[in-house]
Amino acid sequence: MKTAPRSTSALLYLSGVTVSFDGFKALNNLSLLIEPGEMRAIIGPNGAGKTTMMDVITGKTRPDEGEVVFDGQADLTKLDEAHIATLGIGRKFQKPTVFENHTVRDNLLLALAGLRSWYKLLGAAPTRAENNRLAEILSIIRMEAQQHMLGARLSHGQKQWLEIGMLLAQNPKLMLVDEPVAGMTDVETETTAQVLREVNKSHSVVVVEHDMSFVRALGVKVTVLHEGSMLAEGSLDQVSADPRVVEVYLGR
Amino acid sequence: MITRFLWTGMGRNLRLFVLLVLAVGIVVPALNLLMPKTSAFYVPAYALQLIGKYLCYASLALAVDLVWGFCGILTLGHAAFFALGGYCMGMYLMRQIGARGVYGNPILPDFMVFLNYPELPWFWHGFNHFWFAAAMIVIVPSVLALALGWFAFRSRVTGVYLSIITQAMTFALLLAFFRNDMGFGGNNGMTDFKDILGYSVQADTTRAALCFASALALAIFLVISGAIIGSRFGTALIAVRDAESRMRFLGYRAETYKLFVFVLSAAMAGIAGALYVPQIGIINPSEFAPGNSIEAVLWVAVGGRGTLIGPVIGAFIVNFAKTYLTGALPEVWLFALGALFIVVTLFLPKGVVGLWAQLRARNLARKATAA
Repeated sequence: MKTAPRSTSALLYLSGVTVSFDGFKALNNLSLLIEPGEMRAIIGPNGAGKTTMMDVITGKTRPDEGEVVFDGQADLTKLDEAHIATLGIGRKFQKPTVFENHTVRDNLLLALAGLRSWYKLLGAAPTRAENNRLAEILSIIRMEAQQHMLGARLSHGQKQWLEIGMLLAQNPKLMLVDEPVAGMTDVETETTAQVLREVNKSHSVVVVEHDMSFVRALGVKVTVLHEGSMLAEGSLDQVSADPRVVEVYLGR
Repeated sequence: MITRFLWTGMGRNLRLFVLLVLAVGIVVPALNLLMPKTSAFYVPAYALQLIGKYLCYASLALAVDLVWGFCGILTLGHAAFFALGGYCMGMYLMRQIGARGVYGNPILPDFMVFLNYPELPWFWHGFNHFWFAAAMIVIVPSVLALALGWFAFRSRVTGVYLSIITQAMTFALLLAFFRNDMGFGGNNGMTDFKDILGYSVQADTTRAALCFASALALAIFLVISGAIIGSRFGTALIAVRDAESRMRFLGYRAETYKLFVFVLSAAMAGIAGALYVPQIGIINPSEFAPGNSIEAVLWVAVGGRGTLIGPVIGAFIVNFAKTYLTGALPEVWLFALGALFIVVTLFLPKGVVGLWAQLRARNLARKATAA
């Protein structure tokens, strides 16, 4: 395994990260490197440590050992969730939670980076820059036609795309996307892959997913996790030709 | 900028409704003052007083709905803010009596002479000036709401616990104001008012002016509420109501949004109470009774929670029914109130306003299928 120096050009750098819950090692000496502008797919069987890894990056779980460095300087093991979010790491959870009584457009407007102070919001109308940004995001997530629809009336797939849009609106440097196509139809899965490729043009993305056809459609570098460690890394064709990966996925 | 803020927030329906409220506030007093008593259009004094009272209740209902319908906080103590505003006004009116009281004491109100107060308590100073009383009418309820909301929202007290706290607050105030040594007239409260701003409270013109002032206050509250709900603040507020933790993740300080609306709502209730007292002619601790706050919540439920027009309509419908039934069939009123609550909960989850919208949507759908 390659070792990277402490000061790094990588956007996200994990080295020797170990997390154990009551003796069970959810992550075991995990190392991972995400370059700026990269999109990476993380796959692995259940219990491989995918969600724990996301929790460590977002500050929800503290690692017992190891280094987690964001943007070449910030030590994520020492910061809390809110601080990490302000550094520019955005996370989309598995279950979509959009604002049901608001339109798609208002959902995005609420998520848009910028104004948060209550007294300024009392008088502020959306600026031209904000409107342009909303139009841009609506086009990326392919929901221009639904922009005036209430969140409650969206389909499951549309809610997931809106969530991706809301994450995009916060303009993070790194987007963590947890199982975006769970429960989607094949057509929706294909669209989601296109949306994420579009998002990747301006943002670095880490996607955790089970669905192999989706990972193939993404067409990016894949990291296979197994029992808390990295098992293989490379293109999907490379890793699926790896006998150890075949054994993990099919052997047991 | 302010006018833009006030107008863009209001939908067409709300604008028409505000004009309707103002029209009631002008036409009803005018018919009372200008029409001869024999005319069919003459509005008798008791009806004028009743409309004025309903208008104050409508303002209280709007205040409750801002908190319940738009912040998601079921307040069971809003009548306390109404009563505090009323007491501030009552203190001003007591000081205006001067030496015309039964005991003829130029400084001390009658009940203080009766209870052997040596001098005016410190917190009564200043209430001989109208401007001071007017300021207190807004400040006292606001400060109480700020203190309560600050602690409750910061510690993330929500749901039924918050409802219980608000109910406990009004009950505590009820017990406190019952005590003679509190200095607010004990269980008799304050009454026998003479003048307001130098005009006799009994005069027809004063009553007409108070009715108009109540309508004006309600109209202003509707405009302010509409502007707030229609702004980006309102969008964020409703999002806080629906998914508070999600808003925190987006970087919004949810408690500040709730606190602002809670304080504003308390101030509205205080002003409504202050306009109510000179029209009714008395203020006593029964205004703090927990039942009053619950009844206000019922007005909102009947009219339509989460709408601005609904609470006003609900306050008028329920209070009109109350006035009629307590007069015609006094033993039926409480049963009718209970039945109303059941019917609204079961069949009208969005109140009368929601029913109207539903019927209109159904009508449109029928037209669409017919065409």
